[in-house]
Amino acid sequence: MTEPIVRLQNVNKFFGDNHVIKNLDLDIEEGEFLTLLGPSGCGKTTILRMIAGFEDATSGVITVEGEHVEDKEAFERDVNTVFQSYALFPHMTVYDNIAYGLTVKKVPKPEIKERVREMLELVQLMGFEGRRPDMMSGGQKQRVAIARALINNPKVLLLDEPLGALDLQLRKQMQIELKRLQQKLNITFVYVTHDQEEAMTMSDRIAVMRGGVIEHLATPKEIYGRPKTRFVAGFIGESNLFSGTVASVEGDRAIVDTDVGRGMMPAEDFKPGDPVHLCVRPEVMQYSTQPVDGFTISGQVKNMIFVGSQYRTLLEQPGHPDVKINRVKVDNSYREGDVLYLHWALDDVTGIRAKEDSDGE
Amino acid sequence: MEGTVTKQRLSKRLRRKRAGRIGGNVFAILVYAFIYTPIAVMIIFSFNDQNNNYYWKGFTWRWYEKLFTHSDLMPYLVNTLIVAFFAVLLSLVIGVLGAVGLSRFEFKLKKMVSNSLYIPIVVPEVVLGISILMLYETAHFPLGLPAVILAHVTFSVPFVIIIMRGRLSGMDMSVEEASQDLGANRVVTFFRITLPLLIPGILSSAFMVLTLSIDDVIITNFVSGPYSTTLPVKILSMVKVGLKPEVNALTTLMVLVLVIGILVNQVVQSLLAKRAKTNTKVYF
Repeated sequence: MTEPIVRLQNVNKFFGDNHVIKNLDLDIEEGEFLTLLGPSGCGKTTILRMIAGFEDATSGVITVEGEHVEDKEAFERDVNTVFQSYALFPHMTVYDNIAYGLTVKKVPKPEIKERVREMLELVQLMGFEGRRPDMMSGGQKQRVAIARALINNPKVLLLDEPLGALDLQLRKQMQIELKRLQQKLNITFVYVTHDQEEAMTMSDRIAVMRGGVIEHLATPKEIYGRPKTRFVAGFIGESNLFSGTVASVEGDRAIVDTDVGRGMMPAEDFKPGDPVHLCVRPEVMQYSTQPVDGFTISGQVKNMIFVGSQYRTLLEQPGHPDVKINRVKVDNSYREGDVLYLHWALDDVTGIRAKEDSDGE
Repeated sequence: MEGTVTKQRLSKRLRRKRAGRIGGNVFAILVYAFIYTPIAVMIIFSFNDQNNNYYWKGFTWRWYEKLFTHSDLMPYLVNTLIVAFFAVLLSLVIGVLGAVGLSRFEFKLKKMVSNSLYIPIVVPEVVLGISILMLYETAHFPLGLPAVILAHVTFSVPFVIIIMRGRLSGMDMSVEEASQDLGANRVVTFFRITLPLLIPGILSSAFMVLTLSIDDVIITNFVSGPYSTTLPVKILSMVKVGLKPEVNALTTLMVLVLVIGILVNQVVQSLLAKRAKTNTKVYF
């Protein structure tokens, strides 16, 4: 594997007494689409701003292409940013906005012209060069912001919730376009968002963050299928979580006593007595009207809802959040008030080792 | 039956609305009359064929003639304009930079610095005048035009900073970051991005300082020496011996210049806006 294009080592950031980034290590590989995903205040934007050079790390090392950037000003770094608010220059035309980076670098005019034309074609805005930003729609402004950043041939493009202000339709369309752009240009994208669906759609890897720490860094598939912490399981997609302790280990399977009954999971390296959270996604949660061997978790059908793309059944369990079951087809074999026994395949359950510090929420 | 009831109620409502509108218009006319009647009277009397402003005798151009041929008011007008020009220039430079500093950087005692801005505004002008005079005396700074200019800068800077700070706080800071992100250092960013975006604020600050400076009597009275008296100070001293319509003529001309200035400003602004909208430049 080649050297990462951006590397953060043991980075800490304080705003006053507020410890926003905690001992963070992150390697970003060349050409990948990496998303920093997390709720607001988790530090994702701060990381982006530290790479861009708008914030200084309180301690730690940041390198871009193996070069230390701590002493480099934002205007000396080979990375470019697409801002959440677009930050287009309102007193300039689209042409001058896109040309800005090359103009201040004193690139010859004919070359600038050629490059601006390429960029306008790339983001499909030919004919808009004479417009001012206030006469464009949100989606068009967004394209100008992207073209303005890309014209500098950055090694890394940083995107700070660039689609946040767009409506759902446009956002979905831009997600696909951004991914296409990234693959076509083969530039490293570091993307910040709080929208997990957006992260899933576009990313090669996702770093799920909470409280200044990366809780899980992996491919979207891995993060969904094998969440590393209870927070990740709850934040990415829907999940059913059961907390308990390992009762015994039998070969490749571990028996877990949860607060609502007994279940199973792959043994891995769990030992009897280990505290654990079981995570089962609603679409793979299985049920039957009879108890199943090895499982003693059950619930009463509270609600059956059609949510458009699928049917959802909610099972009530006293003192525990409702269990969710999602199916594409409706199952008429049970009705509200019936008791269903729950079970799952060993492949469909993730055992999350319970740690003191990530048990919140 | 039901239709007519609705109609009646509607027309009642409409009548009330109309009455309200008429009342509002009358009130607006009164307010404007209150503001502009004195100015109108002044203008009318500048054409009065009489040596004082007490009653109307007949129409004449003679005061305007006198103003341009052998008036003793001209040197005072020149003083006023010199003072205003330098007061605007200096307080803009200090005020704009100060506002940028106050809104973009964090430093110790920032709160104190920013709150102390209001002191020259709330302190009675007499007090400020005496203080500045005492300062000049202690420092052996000679009274005269430079002294007047500096005094005007003193009371104008806070206004400039307050106006500019409002502008700056309304400005999206990320455009400055975007400029740096694209490779422009702080100086280039200031001249290419920050300054152009601040032009409207700078213009309104300039007009503010211009009016403050041309208007000022009290502080100027303290610090102007024998040869640096400004027009308003002179006019005020003339009141004691009776105002000549010559003063009316001069002030009428000043109002005229002001009105033309405002009109030109509006025409230019709308032309610029129109040009921005119908940009026909060919780029490729």
